[in-house]
Amino acid sequence: MAFISSGYNPEKPMENRITDIGPRKYDEFYPPFIAKNKGKWLYHEILEPGVLVHVAESGDKVYTVRCGAARLMSVTHIREICDIADKYCQGHLRFTTRNNIEFMTDNLDTVKALKADLAQRKFAGGSRKFPIGGTGAGISNIVHTQGWVHCHTPATDASGPVKAVMDEVFADFQNHRMPAPVRISLACCINMCGAVHCSDIGLVGIHRKPPMVDHEWADQLCEIPLAVASCPTAAVRPSKVDYKGEKVNSIAIKNERCMYCGNCYTMCPALPISDGDGDGVAIMVGGKVSNRISMPKFSKVVVAYIPNETPRWPTLTATVKHIVEVYAANAKKYERLGEWAERIGWERFFSLTGLEFTHHLIDDFREPAYYTWRQSTQFKF
Amino acid sequence: MAKHATPKLDQLESGPWPSFVSDIKQEAANRAANPKKIDYQVPADCPDDLLGVLELSFTDGESHWKHGGIVGVFGYGGGVIGRYCDQPTRFAGVAHFHTVRVNQPAAKYYKTDFLRQLCDLWELRGSGLTNMHGSTGDIVLLGTQTPQLEELFFELTHKMNTDLGGSGSNLRSPEACLGLSRCEYACYDSQDVCYQLTRDYQDELHRPAFPYKFKFKFDACPNGCVASIARSDFSLIGTWKDDIKIDQSAVKAYVGGEFVPNAGAHSGRDWGKFDVQAEVVDLCPTKCMKWDGAKISINNKECTRCMHCINTMPRALRIGDERGASILVGAKAPILDGAQMGSLLVPFVEVTPPYDEIKEIIEKIWDWWMEDGKNRERLGETIRRLSFQRLLEVTGIKAQAAHVKEPRHNPYIFFKEEEVLGGWDRDLAAYRSRHQR
Repeated sequence: MAFISSGYNPEKPMENRITDIGPRKYDEFYPPFIAKNKGKWLYHEILEPGVLVHVAESGDKVYTVRCGAARLMSVTHIREICDIADKYCQGHLRFTTRNNIEFMTDNLDTVKALKADLAQRKFAGGSRKFPIGGTGAGISNIVHTQGWVHCHTPATDASGPVKAVMDEVFADFQNHRMPAPVRISLACCINMCGAVHCSDIGLVGIHRKPPMVDHEWADQLCEIPLAVASCPTAAVRPSKVDYKGEKVNSIAIKNERCMYCGNCYTMCPALPISDGDGDGVAIMVGGKVSNRISMPKFSKVVVAYIPNETPRWPTLTATVKHIVEVYAANAKKYERLGEWAERIGWERFFSLTGLEFTHHLIDDFREPAYYTWRQSTQFKF
Repeated sequence: MAKHATPKLDQLESGPWPSFVSDIKQEAANRAANPKKIDYQVPADCPDDLLGVLELSFTDGESHWKHGGIVGVFGYGGGVIGRYCDQPTRFAGVAHFHTVRVNQPAAKYYKTDFLRQLCDLWELRGSGLTNMHGSTGDIVLLGTQTPQLEELFFELTHKMNTDLGGSGSNLRSPEACLGLSRCEYACYDSQDVCYQLTRDYQDELHRPAFPYKFKFKFDACPNGCVASIARSDFSLIGTWKDDIKIDQSAVKAYVGGEFVPNAGAHSGRDWGKFDVQAEVVDLCPTKCMKWDGAKISINNKECTRCMHCINTMPRALRIGDERGASILVGAKAPILDGAQMGSLLVPFVEVTPPYDEIKEIIEKIWDWWMEDGKNRERLGETIRRLSFQRLLEVTGIKAQAAHVKEPRHNPYIFFKEEEVLGGWDRDLAAYRSRHQR
C-alpha cells in the first residue's frame, strides 16, 4: 500500500484548511417535483404497504416506494441503491429515520417497474435486498444501535437480534393488519443511543453482574474520583488494596448497590462489566412518541431478562412475535400497544400475554417508582 | 474463500429481511477481487476481520471493542470516535477501526452523485462499511485508521463540501423530519431550521464545551416522526393556534366510503365500514368535536392538536394557518437518572428565518447549563436538580398552567424573599416582646 495524499499537508495543517462548513444544504438534493411542490401538499394516501402517493395543490402526484434496509450497509450496496435511483428516480432518493430507503417518482408506470425490479434483488445468502413495506398500521424497520459490531459497552448485539426479529415479523412489514403502527427499537445497552424508551416494543441489552476491578490497572488507566462520581447509586468507592504485596490505589464495588448500568466502565476501562452469562435483553413495551389521541408514553419493562441466544435469539424473537399477536388480536382500531395495555390494565396485559409478572418488574429506582405502584382498590382479578 | 469460518453469523443470512452478514461478505469479496485496482489505504481484509471478531462475540457473548481513544482531526473535538479491537493479533485488519461521523443533509435526501463520491472515498480510505444512518442521524463511516482521518476530512471538505458530525460533550448533529418537503401536516420548515441552526452552531458542534451531549431535533407536527420529544434536549414540535380547516364535502366522502380513511394505513384487515362518530369524534381526547350526521364541527378553543382527526381524514381536515411550534426541553435516555421526555417550555413560537427568537432561548439555556450543569449531566437532569422554576428564570419565561399536567402535590414552596412582605430579616427582640421563651 502506498500512501495516497488527499492534498492535506501534515507539516502545515492550516494550509487551505476548510472547517465549520456544516452539512450540504437539504434542497440541493430535492427531486424536482419535491422542490416544486414544497409546502403545497394537499394529502397523501398509502396505496399499498410500502407505496405512498402525495398529492400537491398543483395536481402533481409523487409516488414513494419505501424499502427496508439493514442500517449496516456496504459501499457496494449503496452503489446498487444509486444504480436503482439513477434508473428510476433521476438520481434522487432519501433515507428515513427508521433506516428505510425511499425511491420517489412522479410516474405510476415507473412505480410498477421499480417494484418489480426491487422484488427480484436478493443477497447471495438468499435474503431480500429491498423488501417493500414499512408503512401504516404495520411493523416498520427497527431503529437500533451498534452492538458487538462496533461498541465497547454493549450487553447484546444489535444487527443480529434486529435481523432475527425482523425475519420473525416480516409479514407485518408488508401488511397493514395491526390496530396501529408498531414501532420496535433496540438498544444494546441502557445508554440507549436509540430512542428505545418510548417505543411500542423496546429491546434493551442489560448487564446483570457488577463490574470486576482490575486492580493492576485501575490507578493507571482511570481517574478514580471520576469513576466514583459516575455511579448513580454510590456503589463505587475508592479503596486501597493489597495487590501482589503492594498497597495500590484502586476501587471497591458495593455489589448489592450496583444496577449494572456500566457508567463506571465508560469512565474507567479497569472496571469491565460485560459477561457472557450475565448479559442479555430486557423487553419494554407500550411507549410512543406521537401525541396522537394520548400523550407520549414511556415503554415499561415486561420481561426482565432473556439470554443472548446467538445467532438468532429464538426466545427473544418468539416473545416479541407473541406480544405482537396478542396485541393484534385484542386492541381496538387506532389503539397503540401502550394505549391498549392502559385500557385493559397491566394486570390484564400479563394475563392475556401469559408473560410472568415477577418482582423485577416493580420499579424501585428513585422517586418516580412510587408513582407506578397502585394507590387504589381498583384492580382486576 | 472466507478468511474466518463464521458458522454462527452464516445463520443470519437466511430469512427474508436484508442480511447485514451477506452485505459484509459482499464487501469482503469485492475488496478481495478489487476489480478497480484500488490501492486500499486501510487493510483490504478489514470486512473479513470484522466478521471474524463478530463471530467471536457471537460465540462468547461479549463485545471485543475497547474504549475509544482520543483521535480526531486538527481543531475539532468531535466527529471521530476512536475504536480499537481487543484481539488485535487475530483480527489485524480491524485492530484500529475508528468511526467517522459525517453530518447528513437534513431529512436525508440525496443525489446519487454525492453518495457515489462518498462510496469512492470510503472505499479508498476506510472499510467500505457504513451505517445509513446512525441513531442521531449522521452518516456513520465504520472503521478506518488514524493516518486517514485528516485525509478523509480534507476530501470531505474540499471535494464534497461537507463536514463532520458531532460526538462527545458537544452539540450532536441535529436532525429533522422531512416536513414541508413532502408532508401536508408540516407546521414549519423543519429542514430549514435544522440546517440554519446546524450552520449557526458549528463551533458548538465541533468543539466540546458542554457538560455533556446536547441534541436538537425538529418535528414539524405533533405526530413526531423524528421522535424529538423522546431523544432531544431541545425539541421543536410544529403546532398551530387557529382553527382546523374543514372541507365538509370531503368529510362526506369519507363517510360515504369514497375516500379511504387514515390514508389507507389500515388496509390489511376488514375493520368494517368507516364510522366517523366512533373512529374520529369519540376518540378525540378533548371531546371537542361533533358530527350531526351531515357536518363535522370542532370547538377549536378546546382542541389540543393531537392530530388524530387530521391523520384519519387528511383530505377533509387540515392544520390551521397560524403556524409555529412548541419548544420542549430535557429529553434523554435512561442513563443515568432514568429516562426523561421533553417538558413543555414555550407553548408557541413563530418559526421564521433567521430564527432569532428560537436561538435566543437556546443560548440562554446553554449559558445556564454550561455554568451550573455538572460533568456528564444532561440538560433534563440539570432541570430536575435545580428546578423547572430555575429554567423559567434563566430563560425569562413566565410560568403558566400549560407548563404542568397538574399543580404541585405539596406546599413546600420556595418563596422568594422579595415575594414576602418585609423580607426574611426579622427582629428577634420584637418577637420576644410578643412571645416569652
